[in-house]
Amino acid sequence: MNFNDYGLMATFKSAKDLVHAAEKIRDAGFKNWECYTSFPVHGLDKAMGYPRSMVGAFTLTGGLTGFVVGTLMIWFMNAFDYPLNVGGMPFFSFIFPFPVMYEMNILFAAFGTLGGMFILNRLPRHHHPLFENQKFLKCSDDRLAIVIEVIDPKYDEIETQKFLKDLGATEVETVQDDN
Amino acid sequence: MSATTSEVDKPDPAIMAKVQPAHLEPRPLVENNRDYAWITDKICRIVEEKTPTWWWACFAVACMTASFTVMGLIYLVATGVGVWGLANPVNWGWAIVNFVFWIGIGHAGTLISAILCLLKQKWRTSINRAAEAMTVFAVVCAAIFPVFHVGRIWFAWFLFPLPNSNWLWPQFRSPLEWDVFAVSTYGTVSVLFWYMGMIPDLATIRDRATTKFRKLFYGLFAMGWRNANNHWRNFEGAYLLLAGLSTPLVLSVHTIVSFDFAVAQLPGWHTTIFPPYFVAGAIFSGFGMVLTLMLPLRSIYRLHDLINQQHIDNMCKITLATGTIVGYAYSMEFFIAWYGSNPYEGFAFINRAFGQYWWAYLTMISCNVISPQLFWFKAVRENPAVVWIISIFVNVGMWFERFVIACTSLANDFMPSSWGYYSPTIIDILTYFGTFGVFSVLFLLFIRFLPIMPMAEIKMVLPESDPHHGDEHH
Repeated sequence: MNFNDYGLMATFKSAKDLVHAAEKIRDAGFKNWECYTSFPVHGLDKAMGYPRSMVGAFTLTGGLTGFVVGTLMIWFMNAFDYPLNVGGMPFFSFIFPFPVMYEMNILFAAFGTLGGMFILNRLPRHHHPLFENQKFLKCSDDRLAIVIEVIDPKYDEIETQKFLKDLGATEVETVQDDN
Repeated sequence: MSATTSEVDKPDPAIMAKVQPAHLEPRPLVENNRDYAWITDKICRIVEEKTPTWWWACFAVACMTASFTVMGLIYLVATGVGVWGLANPVNWGWAIVNFVFWIGIGHAGTLISAILCLLKQKWRTSINRAAEAMTVFAVVCAAIFPVFHVGRIWFAWFLFPLPNSNWLWPQFRSPLEWDVFAVSTYGTVSVLFWYMGMIPDLATIRDRATTKFRKLFYGLFAMGWRNANNHWRNFEGAYLLLAGLSTPLVLSVHTIVSFDFAVAQLPGWHTTIFPPYFVAGAIFSGFGMVLTLMLPLRSIYRLHDLINQQHIDNMCKITLATGTIVGYAYSMEFFIAWYGSNPYEGFAFINRAFGQYWWAYLTMISCNVISPQLFWFKAVRENPAVVWIISIFVNVGMWFERFVIACTSLANDFMPSSWGYYSPTIIDILTYFGTFGVFSVLFLLFIRFLPIMPMAEIKMVLPESDPHHGDEHH
């Protein structure tokens, strides 16, 4: 094994082959591996053994924050800091400013969702060993690939290469990590 | 799809033998069996090729048109709001009409990207990105009017939750203040949704980039997207959640816009039908605009395989459905005005149709209710030129709808002694005319520099992307 290696990249012919290969790799007990496709492949999450995305937690946090911030803002402005008497109506109620609280809720929830997607994906990350490989860049076009990293405890240069070939990979090659 | 058909959906085989249903192949969403590489190349090429001559010509015309808005606004700020035709009793003229018109246009973009996504309408994929761009640019055009109608725009920050010079805060009981939050949230969330959907496509352009600038520019905005399945998992989760958030948002925005009118006591405005009626109208006008934009785009870039007859058919049918809902709302308003027995309300509606603005009402009815009815005919839907002309009628009609609502009610309210007649000034007209230039400038920049279709989503609806592709139907 070379210390400059990042992993093995196996290319598959179709989404179907990729999903079947992913199931086998999951069952073989690999941990540090990933599928690269230019579009989300249905059923791949299950094939890779991924649980449901946690983005929803960020959305919920954002949404609740937005609603509370909106409520406190209106209460502070129209009932506390400068009580504003409009036709003798109550200074604060949950009803009259509801549209504002609601919009704040959605605004913060949307920021939470986008931020959550970035945090969970560990993005932005502009440098990655895979970007140095010209063939990998085709993954955003039409290449369907699986990369098993060298740091995986089950990784073995010869054995894993053979394993990937047996799974129906059309091409298996080593990806360098030059950094 | 065979993969999603559950046991319950399956008909009894005994009945099937008797009925002998015809086997209809669903029309493919991408025609001519295009593969992944073709889609990537088709969409990226638009960004990568040399700027076409027609683009420069259109861009020059758009810039010149936009200059009318710029000059109109400079003149307004330098002189005062009096340069617009607003005067007692019509203090809400073209400014509010144009605002509601543009905000309404935006709604189809969110409908396509969010509501049709939740409804799993796969045909939306190819028109989704351009429609979202339309939303963002329409909100920009809409925002010009409320900001500048205050005249002294250096006080426009009074709209925001900041203490003014007398340490007073905004008043949250007013629908106008709700509108500030609704429209700014709508604009922001639309940009977020649009941008997030674009990240994988920006990464594709980055990976194909041959020039340093392109690598830097698209690379920066792609945020290091690697197309990993883990990325897609969170992306899809986030996309679905944003769609779920945008759906109530888009409905709330036009509802709140309609509150600007409906909360007032004025006959013709003070009606509970306004929120659903405004939302239907907004989607109607937005689809009109989507057709107006997508049909020329499809011809110029030869996108017929991606936007095929099925897409146009569906858009025409939605236009027809929403146009009919709008027509129903017009008649229901009349019915309620009569049924409610309020003489002022009754007068407001008779006056709308037969009063001094009868020509606006007639334009509205013929463009919004009558012209989309032609979409019942297949021959009409299959003729892009005719569809395009009807889409223009829809745009015109919806502008007149807002004019009819805003101006007729104000011009003839409770007391005949305070009646008036509103006419726009040349500044009004040119400022509004210029916003089409502003919109076109932004849209042209979009089609030149950004991926006009979501490549990843289109690839996803190809039959070979289904992991069960080629399996026996079970």
